[in-house]
Amino acid sequence: MKVTVERAELLKSLSHVHRVVERRNTIPILANVLIRAERSRLAFKATDLDLEVIETVPAEVGPEGVTTVPAHMFYEIVRKIPEGAQIVLEATGDRAILTIRAGRSKFTLQTLPESDFPDIATGEMTHKFALPARDLKRLIEKTQFAISTEETRYYLNGIYLHTSGSGTDMVLRAVATDGHRLAQVEFPAPTGTEGMPGVIVPRKTVNEVQRLIEDLDAEVTVELSSSKIRFTIGDVVLTSKLIDGTFPDYGRVIPLGNDKELEVGKREFEQAVDRVSTVSSERGRAVKLSLTGGRLVLSVTNPDSGSATEELEVAYEADPIDIGFNSRYLLDIAAQIEGDTAVLRLADPGSPTLVQDKDAKGALYVLMPMRV
Amino acid sequence: MVGFCRDCLDDVPRDVGRCPACGSPRLVRHPALANFAIAHVDCDAFYAAIEKRDDPSLADKPLIVGGGKRGVVSTCCYIARTYGVRSAMPMFQARRLCPQATIIKPDMAKYVRVGREVRALMLELTPLVEPLSIDEAFLDLSGTERLHGMSPAKSLARFARHVEEAIGITISVGLSQNKFLAKLASDLDKPRGYSVIALDDAPAFLAPRPVTYIWGVGPAMGAALAKAGYRLIADLQRADEITLMRSFGAEGQRLHRLAYGIDNREVSPDREAKSVSSETTFNSDVSSVRALERDLWLLSEKVSRRLKADRLAGATITLKLKTADFRLRTRARSLDSPTQLAAKIFDVGQDLLKREADGTKFRLIGIGVSALADEVDADPADLVDRQGERRAAAEHAVDKLRDKFGRDAVVMGRVIEEE
Repeated sequence: MKVTVERAELLKSLSHVHRVVERRNTIPILANVLIRAERSRLAFKATDLDLEVIETVPAEVGPEGVTTVPAHMFYEIVRKIPEGAQIVLEATGDRAILTIRAGRSKFTLQTLPESDFPDIATGEMTHKFALPARDLKRLIEKTQFAISTEETRYYLNGIYLHTSGSGTDMVLRAVATDGHRLAQVEFPAPTGTEGMPGVIVPRKTVNEVQRLIEDLDAEVTVELSSSKIRFTIGDVVLTSKLIDGTFPDYGRVIPLGNDKELEVGKREFEQAVDRVSTVSSERGRAVKLSLTGGRLVLSVTNPDSGSATEELEVAYEADPIDIGFNSRYLLDIAAQIEGDTAVLRLADPGSPTLVQDKDAKGALYVLMPMRV
Repeated sequence: MVGFCRDCLDDVPRDVGRCPACGSPRLVRHPALANFAIAHVDCDAFYAAIEKRDDPSLADKPLIVGGGKRGVVSTCCYIARTYGVRSAMPMFQARRLCPQATIIKPDMAKYVRVGREVRALMLELTPLVEPLSIDEAFLDLSGTERLHGMSPAKSLARFARHVEEAIGITISVGLSQNKFLAKLASDLDKPRGYSVIALDDAPAFLAPRPVTYIWGVGPAMGAALAKAGYRLIADLQRADEITLMRSFGAEGQRLHRLAYGIDNREVSPDREAKSVSSETTFNSDVSSVRALERDLWLLSEKVSRRLKADRLAGATITLKLKTADFRLRTRARSLDSPTQLAAKIFDVGQDLLKREADGTKFRLIGIGVSALADEVDADPADLVDRQGERRAAAEHAVDKLRDKFGRDAVVMGRVIEEE
């Protein structure tokens, strides 16, 4: 195998694929990236057995060939080669070594045979649809923060992607929750989603997809079955296993009937919450919201250090209420509001609160109160 | 005061071998005795002493308290020790060394009760009691001279006598100017001992001893130190602080200070618990998932009970297993928010256990909760697990029933043994 490739192209691809490779591996081959030189393209593939990324770049290919080298080391080498350099990769059949040449630098890396490299991307995909990268990115960004990290409830460790409704009203919806908060975003369903199974896309996959989207105007192709999902983003193909579990019936916890409506300026609310929570002993302790006609008082009391209060003018006409929230969760949700005004719909201090963007439709958030 | 008699508490002159008042040879002497106020108190062969107290026919016989047909020696009396029996020794070995020994299964409830009685007497001496375990504690008697009308050294001797009379077991006292030296001292003259180490004498006393003599230096640290050329405490004394810090970080500084007997830790009565845990060693090795789960549930309930009593909750749950061939396996998992519920502790433990219970035989199972927090933050309402609140309410209701009618008033089906 002999390939000549631009450093910039190589670096970009490797930066995408090497992230998939776990830093600590018990199986040596999983620390490697597969390199395949074929028909004037150079393809890279990396996997952690749950997730696989393949990316191809144009290259000047001499003799074709395929091998695998340690992913992180290869990436570091390429990163340190000066900008604008041409890099030559060369492997001969008789020695398990890849030679990397650029200018006056020369590196050799030990290789492992390609035949050992696992392939997880097999199996039929049953559904295929395309959507604008912008929409996919939004779907992820608005729900990602609510994904649970608790292993015991593994079925919450991802985004639940599914369709809802039917006909022209059908939507493609993403939901994530950790039991404390829930985020839901939806779009009109793209063609091809009809009859697709609801799938739970793991957190790592979601993070990678979000980072791979660079051109917001491009189109992303999604293929899925009940056990796998594949995203094709430009030259990158990412295939992932899905979480094998049942996502809870989240519809029951969305409190659409809450009648105490509060409208508050997003920025001033965010800043006020952030300010008063400074006196909390730990990140994410309770902040109390006391609502009376037209007035919101935010307060935090920390028996060890002191207290803070701040008053905001708001639109609120319902009965007075005192309710507590985890300040970090409140800030996470406030950060998702794109417009100027957030709408909070409350019921009572022990029941979930609904948060929405006053102007933008298609996204909603649910937050569980805390005892204060 | 340079010395006094431990039996009658009379001051004794410098050059006598026995107390002129009562004739006892048990004298305590040190030129600076009046200045020492930090003590380490350790009960002698605690479990065995209690058993001998309760059955005087055992008094002159070797006695081993330990797990029934297997397990290890918990405590052995001083007679058994003359045969070479030691704590933590496997039972079969102990029995081979001393076949005539009487063997008694530990009655932890009784020992805990007696331990509390001793603790209560300590608290009459000073509020600054820092328990280390059921049968030992640090005491700081600074400033108690006026209260007790005598020096801390004498108060302690009187306390030792009082424990013997009131509870019927003996203790050993180590007295010094800091915790490190007090603990070393209590070990010098066991049983029924009383010894004093002065800070000024510490460097000479420590110098010829191996580095592992220092508290916190185990086999691993000992090996690391030996590799760097520090075998004896004298080697540490010779090295300068900066060199040790360069090689061993903050630990190096600590070692350098301890090598000279310097220890500035306070006796703190409310040393905060970092974790709450409970474990049990089986009578015979267990591989059945159901049997393991049964014990796991009982332990989860116990841990939960202790958390609730201390108004605590924890977010990290650790399962501990020891295989039949003594390999330790610990598996931990963290929750989003702390819990104090037995059901939740068990759920996580069960999930962790599932991956380990592959037919392997285990001799011990334990469960612990760490990353402790105040109970106000525990078990918040959950959007997804709507059953959670009801389960929590059920558990609290069961707790109330048990408070009222006893621990066995409610028993989970899981605990009932299969036919």
